[in-house]
Amino acid sequence: MLDNSPRAPNLPNAPGVGYKPQHFTDLRADPGPVRWIEVHAENYMGDGGRPLAQLRALADQFALSVHGVGLSIGGEAPLDRDHLARLKTLVGWSSPASFSEHLAWSTHGAEFLNDLLPLPYTSETLQRVADHIDQVQTALGRQMLLENPSSYLCFAESTWSETDFLAELVHRTGCGLLLDVNNVFISATNLGLSAESYIEAFPLHAVGEIHVGGHDEDTDDHGAPLLIDSHGKPVVDPVWSLLAFALAKSGPRPVLVEWDNDVPDWPVLRAEAERAALALAPAQ
Amino acid sequence: MSVSQATFRSALLDAEEAVPEGLLDGSDTPAGARFSVYRNNVVVSLTEALRTAFPLIYKLLGAQTFDRLAAIYVRQQPPSSPLMMHYGQELPKFLQSFQPLSHIGYLPDCARLDIAMRRSYHAKDAAPINPSVFQTDPEELMSLRLALAPATIVLRSDWPLHDIWRLNFEPDAPKPRATAQDVLITRPEFDPAPHALQPGGADWLQHLQNGMAFGSAHEATITAAPSFDLSAALSQALQTGALTEFKTKDS
Repeated sequence: MLDNSPRAPNLPNAPGVGYKPQHFTDLRADPGPVRWIEVHAENYMGDGGRPLAQLRALADQFALSVHGVGLSIGGEAPLDRDHLARLKTLVGWSSPASFSEHLAWSTHGAEFLNDLLPLPYTSETLQRVADHIDQVQTALGRQMLLENPSSYLCFAESTWSETDFLAELVHRTGCGLLLDVNNVFISATNLGLSAESYIEAFPLHAVGEIHVGGHDEDTDDHGAPLLIDSHGKPVVDPVWSLLAFALAKSGPRPVLVEWDNDVPDWPVLRAEAERAALALAPAQ
Repeated sequence: MSVSQATFRSALLDAEEAVPEGLLDGSDTPAGARFSVYRNNVVVSLTEALRTAFPLIYKLLGAQTFDRLAAIYVRQQPPSSPLMMHYGQELPKFLQSFQPLSHIGYLPDCARLDIAMRRSYHAKDAAPINPSVFQTDPEELMSLRLALAPATIVLRSDWPLHDIWRLNFEPDAPKPRATAQDVLITRPEFDPAPHALQPGGADWLQHLQNGMAFGSAHEATITAAPSFDLSAALSQALQTGALTEFKTKDS
């Protein structure tokens, strides 16, 4: 069992949802199978008001996952110490069962670009990311989970496969992983790889959480399918199948449904959580 | 063949720039338009952040004009921190010198109002002052030191700023009058609300904020604004939850 939290128990092996403030009342009154929620860390770094009050109330009812989107762990530059300190404050008072971030970069110089940007997989970037993870885990005093990205392109200079790169990060830092099967499906489609082979090569023993979400469909210059990670639609059937495939290999894990854009009314998202519960049933 | 993050970033915000070499699709051919996914994500996500952050500007300009403004602003002033709740601090200044919209003179102040509302929304919680502190003898009253709640913000404007806000967000609001209006923003619980201040009202609150005693703040205010009505100002401050804990002269 992973030890992702010094104070709170791990996330339950049950459905969770990405929390949206418009669901505050309905989610609490009618959670369905939802046992835990995930929030984007950066939205809870104000000094007070409704966001913090809601988070305190939700943490009484649900297990909590704090998911950072702004640390730029894959950045060439050193981590932003101020931001790390803010994370430490948030993780300190909200005592989440899990803290996770992305294998991506978003800060360059003094600019924050508000997107999860890709990095090449080389021995040099591996060491840099490992150093950043060490720094995060030391600052927060706990293990973190690192999420696999959704890819639209790849780097000619890469010498590691993504799965080997992630496995080596786990080995060097002791971090856990967040397996986003929607991202796996997107990357596999976009780069012409097998999603099943990716999951078979993934270090599943280190997975502390799984994500599913919706994506958009487009095409590239050559008419090849190009899937875009939009979190604005229901999870498609092939991604539910891939979730079942992953769970059959990994055993039960906390499964999160992400829906960040064009957010539907609560019953629609709850129905997605019910599908996640069904996917989890055979693995329990 | 290695693509630095400086190169990546530069091509990201400048659509005219070539896609960096060394980026491929899955079959070893140049990534081409696939790079546009990132270009698009950055501009769309930052535009969306500005839409959320500037509801009054958005209402005034409409979606099309707002998005054109945002497309320029996000490239010139990308965020300097991962806290998107603070994004757009430079927009009022940007609007002051933005020629295509310079005919709308009140836009920069409207952007300041949007920023102040957001700052109030995220400000530290504080209990409102207990009105019984005013039930004391006159001498004690004059020496009271009142404090503004962290979510209380005073905004000065040469435009009918409060009327403009009402016209855009309240049904059946009257047309803005041709007058300067200072605005008081308070947050009784979680939702900030703007209120019009009478002449001298902004000065009075500023004096209190600076730690002046109740009596001296009043004297200083009426010197500059003889029509200032203290009881109206105090009752507005109490009703809107503008004040928090107080200190006496000795504490």
